[in-house]
Amino acid sequence: MALLDYFTRKKEKQVTTASKAKERLQIIVAHERNSRNKQPDYLPQLTQDILQVLRKYIKVSDESFSINLDKKEGDLNVLELNIELHDENNAN
Amino acid sequence: MARVIVVTSGKGGVGKTTSSAAIGLGLALKGNKVVLIDFDIGLRNLDLIMGCERRVVYDFVNVINGEATLNQALIKDKRVSSLSILPASQTRDKDALNKENVGKVLEELGKSYDFIVCDSPAGIEAGAMMALYYADEAIVTTNPEVSSVRDSDRILGMLASRSRRAELGLEPIKEHLLLTRYSPKRVEEGEMLSVEDVEDILSIPLLGVIPESQAVLKASNAGEPVILDTMSDAGKAYQDVVDRLLGETIDFRFLVAEKKGIFSRMFGG
Repeated sequence: MALLDYFTRKKEKQVTTASKAKERLQIIVAHERNSRNKQPDYLPQLTQDILQVLRKYIKVSDESFSINLDKKEGDLNVLELNIELHDENNAN
Repeated sequence: MARVIVVTSGKGGVGKTTSSAAIGLGLALKGNKVVLIDFDIGLRNLDLIMGCERRVVYDFVNVINGEATLNQALIKDKRVSSLSILPASQTRDKDALNKENVGKVLEELGKSYDFIVCDSPAGIEAGAMMALYYADEAIVTTNPEVSSVRDSDRILGMLASRSRRAELGLEPIKEHLLLTRYSPKRVEEGEMLSVEDVEDILSIPLLGVIPESQAVLKASNAGEPVILDTMSDAGKAYQDVVDRLLGETIDFRFLVAEKKGIFSRMFGG
């Protein structure tokens, strides 16, 4: 029957257990990552807005700018902005 | 400056100690000064895999408590003189280690070694956190299996938030994926997550793929790290891992099943 199996096997392979495993993992891992670094929804927009304002006055590349919201002990949240200023001469 | 490498996983039984032993010995065979540290306080096993269990006099906790000097506790490997092992204690409680005293030991070791390989305990408790805290690089050991992959992702979260590098805002720990107990045949049959699947989910660079191999049990039976079994597939795969850690670019092997002949297929051989 090995010969028969050989020809029929391919069709049955549509949903393998490995692909089920991958799908389940992708969902649970994404979910757990989200709860791990829960950043507020407004953070991406805030980042864009701050960058826009900054760029009115100075040159800021995406790499030299970072924004971070840190939860400290208790109720304290710290919004941290890091802006590297490279070439002063280019600023106007 | 020594490279501090933690071999970690979250889940137990995936091959951390086997990998630490093989990689540590392999790095030493390449001429590097290497120290292997067992961080599994209370459940020491690296000594057994390295084959030096009868030579343990003092351990990591003795050094921390000032009951022995580092030199007294370090066991020189009989096969490679540039390799030393710092065994975990068997009896003391896990709270013996803290950031300050572990940091001092690592700093001291860093003066005379090129590589410090930290074999982490399983779990995400204090012991595992201690093993990864000072790491520059992490070898995340993972089996192609759902619980192992999920736990590896948890550990990646810890590496990014609980390490010294994270706390000081330094360049993050360099992460490497080491896939162990891989069976290309089962992957082809759709019964096992493939290398690509695991890479997709964890999204960290692949350091090596160790095939499921009978050589691994034989090696631990004998106390001879499997990298010494140069004829075995697992031994060769670990050698590739060592070469990659040393900066070489090497193609991945043992990713496809050995092809059966047409006759054995037809007749179910």
